[in-house]
Amino acid sequence: MDATPRPHEPLHGFYTLFYKEWLRFWKVSVQTILAPVLTSLLYLLVFAHTLRNRIELYPGVDLDYAAFLIPGLAMMSVLQNAFANSSSSIMQSKMTGNIVFILLPPLSHREFFAAYLLAAMARGLTVGAGVFLATLWFVHVPLAHPLWAVVFAIAGSGVMGALGIIGGMHSDKIDQLAAFQNFIILPLTFLSGVFYSIHNLSPFWQGLSHLNPIFYMIDGFRYGFLGYHDVSPWVSLGVVAVSFLALSLLTLQLIRSGYKLRH
Amino acid sequence: MTPAIQVEQVFKRYGALQALGGVSLEVREGEFFGLLGPNGAGKTTLISILAGVTLATSGHARVMGHDVVADYRLARRSLGVVPQELVFDPFFTVREALTIQSGYYGLRHNKAWIDEVMHNLDLTDKADTNMRALSGGMKRRVLVGQALVHKPPVIVLDEPTAGVDVELRQALWGFIRRLNADGHTIVLTTHYLEEAEALCGRIAMLKQGRLVALDTTGNLVRAAHAGCQVDLRIDADRLPAAIAQLAVEHAAPGTWRLALKDYAELEPVLAALRTSGVRLKDVEIVRPDLEEAFVHIMSGH
Repeated sequence: MDATPRPHEPLHGFYTLFYKEWLRFWKVSVQTILAPVLTSLLYLLVFAHTLRNRIELYPGVDLDYAAFLIPGLAMMSVLQNAFANSSSSIMQSKMTGNIVFILLPPLSHREFFAAYLLAAMARGLTVGAGVFLATLWFVHVPLAHPLWAVVFAIAGSGVMGALGIIGGMHSDKIDQLAAFQNFIILPLTFLSGVFYSIHNLSPFWQGLSHLNPIFYMIDGFRYGFLGYHDVSPWVSLGVVAVSFLALSLLTLQLIRSGYKLRH
Repeated sequence: MTPAIQVEQVFKRYGALQALGGVSLEVREGEFFGLLGPNGAGKTTLISILAGVTLATSGHARVMGHDVVADYRLARRSLGVVPQELVFDPFFTVREALTIQSGYYGLRHNKAWIDEVMHNLDLTDKADTNMRALSGGMKRRVLVGQALVHKPPVIVLDEPTAGVDVELRQALWGFIRRLNADGHTIVLTTHYLEEAEALCGRIAMLKQGRLVALDTTGNLVRAAHAGCQVDLRIDADRLPAAIAQLAVEHAAPGTWRLALKDYAELEPVLAALRTSGVRLKDVEIVRPDLEEAFVHIMSGH
């Protein structure tokens, strides 16, 4: 045993935290991947069956409702699971006290942010891909502009991953996080046009939908598949990008100040 | 030489509660240093500030000369902390937990040292066991291992032996002593004062967030009572009148504790017994210990 400090590699700390988060959700993949994919399939089964031919999606367009619904469900899964990953991991670590293992090492606020964010995005995108894979067999979904779909999936999961970090840092108990999830995330995702096109809504609700950033994520993502949109994808991308930047800056600042982490 | 730990006028307030009220102290490199005090004295708060887990309200703390806030990367790289609470990550095995912890410090090829740490903590058999399946004592060993993965020059142990069996205590102290002999600075908090007395070269005592004593263990113990004390057991019901005024305690039938100015005074005591025809059955020198010093210091402040 000699007491000389060992050489260290600058990015390895960030990589390890990302890898730890990655392992964490893969080790319980039945809960973190399989369960949300199954939930989406149930939505598809119920809604596609009951709403088929009952709603007009885009004016003058003949489109299979299931093909409309699947991109929406996939994106909803991406968003909800990205949020769930970072928020529940941080909240659980705070509750059990093992957050100390992350607070003691020399990880910077940027490394902390990037690792939790990327792991959250990875989980969201994995679940989203899972929804597509599971539905591939029985519904044909067109792929009009794949690049747009990829860009919105990545940007959307980033927004929700960052929001999840804030949610996890803010919550000290499970019910606080559940409130965050049930009263903010769930209504925003459900009312974002996953199950319907906002053309079917009254002007008041259409206006309100435009205030919901998740609406732009869903609309932009769906445009990548169907080639139809309620709002120009460039506008949607702008909204999503600005949301991501603003949330990232806020999250970085909170981590740096030690908000509810370092007392 | 740069002190291993330097604490300057550190205050910590939680609302109206003052956890630390201006603590200053230095721990030299290579020391085995004790931090003692009753519950709520601020020991864990002070350790948390050194570790950067808690932010001081005012004042400065440095580890190996690195400020724990401004220069946190170097400060944290220099410090290994064994937290008081038995925390663990239920997702991982022992080896995973140690490898991940080592990775957080930027260390990629650290298997040899991790193996050595596991060997020294008797964890090799449990390397691939999930943390959830370990006993409390085993989890404690992993916590010690996690604090050592980056070979920190300064190691802080916050009550590492609370609720730990004798065997592990012995093994743990053997390992920590070897680390100390290899040049690591050790800071220890414990409620087992005999442990602190046996291990620590210097001791600081905290009470209600303030430093109330800081000296070598020997000086603290010697200051506990002036002069010396002996326990006498005799075959009589009363002490001879000539020495009765020396008694400070009548511990049991036929047993008295006498306070003497020095051990030379023992001779006239024995002479008095002899002239009174009292037979001495046993004599025991009462050595002052850290516990006595601790009680004395805590009651004086």
